[in-house]
Amino acid sequence: MSSAEDIPIIVEFTGGLEMLFADERKHKLSVPAKDSKGDAVTVGWLVEYLCDELMRDMRKEMFVLDGHVRPGILVLINDADWELEGEATYALQPNDNILFVSTLHGG
Amino acid sequence: MDSATKTAERLRIQIAATEEQLKNLKGQLADLEAQSLGNSFQNVSVQEELDPVTHEKWPLAAEDYKRYGRQMIVPNIGIQGQLRLKNASVLIVGAGGLGCPAAAYIAGAGVGTIGIVDGDEVETSNLHRQILHSTSKVGMKKVDSAILYLKSLNPNLKYNAHTSHLTPENSQGIVSQYDLVLDCTDHPTSRYLISDICVLLQKPLVSASALRTDGQLIVLNSPPLLAGNEAGGPCYRCVFPKPPPAESVVSCGDGGILGPVVGVMGVLQALEATKLIASGKLTSSGSEEAKKDASMLLFSTNSNPPFRSVRLRSRRPKCFACSAEAGLTLEGLSSGSLDYVLFCGINVPVSILGRDERIEAKEYAKLKTENRTDHLLVDVREKVQFDICSIEGSVNVPFSSFQGSRFKEGDGKQPTWIPQSLPPDAPIYVVCRLGNDSQVVTKRLKESGLNKNGRYIGDIKGGLKSWKEQVDSSWPEY
Repeated sequence: MSSAEDIPIIVEFTGGLEMLFADERKHKLSVPAKDSKGDAVTVGWLVEYLCDELMRDMRKEMFVLDGHVRPGILVLINDADWELEGEATYALQPNDNILFVSTLHGG
Repeated sequence: MDSATKTAERLRIQIAATEEQLKNLKGQLADLEAQSLGNSFQNVSVQEELDPVTHEKWPLAAEDYKRYGRQMIVPNIGIQGQLRLKNASVLIVGAGGLGCPAAAYIAGAGVGTIGIVDGDEVETSNLHRQILHSTSKVGMKKVDSAILYLKSLNPNLKYNAHTSHLTPENSQGIVSQYDLVLDCTDHPTSRYLISDICVLLQKPLVSASALRTDGQLIVLNSPPLLAGNEAGGPCYRCVFPKPPPAESVVSCGDGGILGPVVGVMGVLQALEATKLIASGKLTSSGSEEAKKDASMLLFSTNSNPPFRSVRLRSRRPKCFACSAEAGLTLEGLSSGSLDYVLFCGINVPVSILGRDERIEAKEYAKLKTENRTDHLLVDVREKVQFDICSIEGSVNVPFSSFQGSRFKEGDGKQPTWIPQSLPPDAPIYVVCRLGNDSQVVTKRLKESGLNKNGRYIGDIKGGLKSWKEQVDSSWPEY
């Protein structure tokens, strides 16, 4: 059944967030199309998935704080602010590019 | 505040507002003049009939045509753009890695009035990137150093020195004198303050930042429409409604910065400023047609491609600063009722170890020279720093490796960085650059059970900074 297949996506980290993910900026992932309840996977689901499956660093709070992506991190879905796309509820599509940007402050 | 001070304060605000209005009118006049000049270029005889004594034959001085000719012949600039630049005023907040290159290009382009805000003095560690300062100016106020350079580059402009940091109290008086603001600062507290005052005074804001090999650029509050007008550009709070946790904020001093990285971001700020001014989009009326999504430019030295532009949201409907429901007011800001430091939080020095878990650098030196006991010194700085200088005999276990490792508390196994030859009760000392990370690691090592067998685990108080002060004055300070 095609709906049960995995979907390929690209997840990228920049602005220092890559340090939490083994210093790799770009990750080609294959994620299940449906979550455990049988619903289409969303960006919100992906954030949890990244914490559980991809992140080796113990500083989870540098990525997720109080159940939300930590303040100071922008989430971009195919180069657009996720707030333009429904935020955490956006359903992942094959070949989506999800970029997490930590804001910089130095100058 | 007595009544005289209050009256004086009110007068200052009125003067600032009137000056603002005057500048606006002058700008409109300059635009009109430039347009009519363009229209009458075909009719040379009219121009020539002007009395050379009472009328300026040409809108710019003779030298200016030479000085700005190369940019004036670029179609997007032209004589009109050049006159707009001449009549414009730009405030650069921060005379550091971003502000220096930005100021150089803005002065070079002939922006009539340039203000620079900074309370700091030039330090040697600034010089690899802050290109307006030089070795002989170490110790000088950054603002004075910058203006000295800019005057030699272009003496025909007006420069305003604001030699203390921007504060909620002084921000209105300073920012109201200018048309456009560049945020070249290095901390969230100043970034929120600058965005807020720009919203309140309807100034467009070009904001950039940089760290290590990455940079970011956003044009905010452009068009600078009144709070509540959804057609206005988003402000910093629309994009970042909540400040990042203080411990996630890394400065250039701690994280490092490449000169050309921060340089390219500052140059891009100057470019955005030039675009906004020359195209007449500084004011809300000049930018009505420019209603498009805000964007952020990301620069990453090691990515391919290195530049990437992402689409940002528009104004946030419930934004604290720029929405119809905004709680931000000029009175509230200037009275100091907004505490930006409290809002963003501060990184207080770590203090999680007891007195008996810490050792002074000089005590450690004594113990080491007397070779009293077998021990291990663990340096938890990142490897790049350890490679620059290290204490003889120390082993490097970077702080980040503790975060990333599967080294579980109490799993009983001895970490591989402990030499087999080390007796199980030999003390472990932990050192870092300043004495913060070393405390965290010390605590973690103890929690993991490494202090069984009566082993002492402690850190060197004040880190290698104290080592330099107390033991080895030759220790390289980087």
